[in-house]
Amino acid sequence: MGTATPRRILQPDGSIDGAVSLGDDRIVELYEAMVISRQYDHKSVSLQRQGRLATYAPFEGQEAAQIGSIAALRPSDWLVATYRDAAAMWFHGYPMEALFLGRTGDERGGAPPDDVPILPPSITVGGHMIHAVGLSWAERLRGTDVVAMTMFGDGATSEGDFHEAMNFAAVYETPTVFVCQNNGYAISLPIERQTRSETIAVKAEAYGMPGVLVDGNDLLAVHDACVEAVARARAGEGPTLIEARTYRIGPHTTNDDPGRYRSSEEEATAAAADPIARVRAYLDQRGLWDDERQRRTEEHAGTLVDDAIAAAEHLPLPTAGEVFGSVFAEASPILVEQQEEAERWR
Amino acid sequence: MAVRNLAQALTDGHDDALAGDERVVVLGEDVGVNGGVFRVTDGLLDRYGPDRVIDTPVAESGIVGAAFGMAVAGMRPIAEIQFMGFSTPAYDQVINHVSRIRNRSRHRFTSPMVLRIPYGGGFGAAEHHSESWESIYAHVPGLKVVTPSTPYDAKGLLLAAVDDPDPVVFLEPIRLYRAVKEEVPEEPYRVEIGPVAVRRTGTDVTMLTWGSMTRECRAAAQILDERGISVELIDVRTLVPLDVETIVESVTKTGRAVIVHEAPRTAGYGGEIAAVIAERCLFSLLAPVRRVTGWDTVFPLKRSESLYLPSVDRIVDAVTTSMEDT
Repeated sequence: MGTATPRRILQPDGSIDGAVSLGDDRIVELYEAMVISRQYDHKSVSLQRQGRLATYAPFEGQEAAQIGSIAALRPSDWLVATYRDAAAMWFHGYPMEALFLGRTGDERGGAPPDDVPILPPSITVGGHMIHAVGLSWAERLRGTDVVAMTMFGDGATSEGDFHEAMNFAAVYETPTVFVCQNNGYAISLPIERQTRSETIAVKAEAYGMPGVLVDGNDLLAVHDACVEAVARARAGEGPTLIEARTYRIGPHTTNDDPGRYRSSEEEATAAAADPIARVRAYLDQRGLWDDERQRRTEEHAGTLVDDAIAAAEHLPLPTAGEVFGSVFAEASPILVEQQEEAERWR
Repeated sequence: MAVRNLAQALTDGHDDALAGDERVVVLGEDVGVNGGVFRVTDGLLDRYGPDRVIDTPVAESGIVGAAFGMAVAGMRPIAEIQFMGFSTPAYDQVINHVSRIRNRSRHRFTSPMVLRIPYGGGFGAAEHHSESWESIYAHVPGLKVVTPSTPYDAKGLLLAAVDDPDPVVFLEPIRLYRAVKEEVPEEPYRVEIGPVAVRRTGTDVTMLTWGSMTRECRAAAQILDERGISVELIDVRTLVPLDVETIVESVTKTGRAVIVHEAPRTAGYGGEIAAVIAERCLFSLLAPVRRVTGWDTVFPLKRSESLYLPSVDRIVDAVTTSMEDT
């Protein structure tokens, strides 16, 4: 990409450039969420290797982009994200057990609790951003102050649906927050070969909405940008596009070999910019953290993750009735017949 | 009661839907100020305002995707695509999202929306204005597919579609918009999604059709009746879910089936109906099932249109042949 400089507050060495809007307790809370998320991510990769989960898309390296942005929402705000956004989904209330369940290959993982307004992600790229526009548009028409955030990668910005979603949001001034985690690659295609735009954020200008470029590995900068965008949306001032520039440390999915398209030097440099280490450095300097707290947090994370996977794996297999009974509100006679036939052959 | 054509009955249906349920919004290209390219939404903007009758940019995927989001959030959007040939950019939204969110979320989220698509040819239009792709939508699990052929059904099915807890693809036969008129109740009413309509009872042959072709089939049935052949004419006004029971009952009674549709023959919905008949009442048949359909060609432009569209003569001939087959 070009030479534009992303907004940054938290420097790689943990020092601060500018004002810190978050209180210490909240920063600690978000840091813990990042640590727990990473354990979830590592555990998922390891379970996939054991054949206990289906294909998994790791988000390691993108924890600040996800937790920083989602932390700007209220629990009643909508989230429409992707298969790589488990950290954000979990933090917004999607049960970890349901996340694991989905990855074991079970649609019941797509049903969050009634008070958790998160759509289960689809695997197609880019079609979901307009859903956040429709959701938040409905909220505005009904006179609520609920907003919708949609998360997507750099790859999705090449889809035609990105254009339609951005344009609809701007034209109808819907309370939508577009968060692009630019992690550098659309599977193997680097961002330089995806767009000739100087940045992804700059595309917002053409639609008539603000575009903000932030360091996606800076929890504080991501959070501040999203707080501002959410406030605009809630106040009826329309949508915002945020480009959080980050790096996908792992492969695209557990089926992918990044060695085919990027160098180990590049990976090592990116890993050194780890967003979790950066917050830890800040907390250390402020005397808000120590090794003992780190140990306890990791232990707690391990328990959470293990309990969630155990709960998911102990659920009995779905019945044929759940498969056939989820096509329509009420199964047609033809579906009922087919279900009976399927059950005879199960 | 008032005499209304099919398009006017649809306008009335929209009016009732908007008046009766504040969750209903209408969105699409030119549906507001212009009243829709077929004037189906004429006058609604003035009555309900721009927040409920929404002119959109030219973006079919955006229209359907935004309507989907609204539906998930609890609204009841009616989205209009101008012509079936323009519905393809929205396939991803319809097939990957609208039809699936109930399944993907195990009933936690649903998309109760109506996707209105004018379809079919026979009016000398430009390319992409005459297609009949109902079988594409019928093939997608999670979508209901209806197609009214009378003003009464148009209004009643539209209101039923708005109430339905699942997404309904609502196919409007362009050629009939102004060609059929009848008395339509002025108050709201529903026509149940599912049951076919037996337009004419008969004993010799079951004729199955839908949409614009009901007109040619009615004319053919009349001619055949005058020749002593008694036709039972079934209007398959709901394609999904299919009213298997009534169809099988009729074909079991008559022993003959002729299926008429405008869409290309190969993988057309007539093939599905023929298969249902073969599976369930083959031994009642006195003659092979026959299909009178559009050809497996691109829908031709004006000067070749009559070559493509099933005519009354072709339908009469197919039925006559079916009678002779025995």
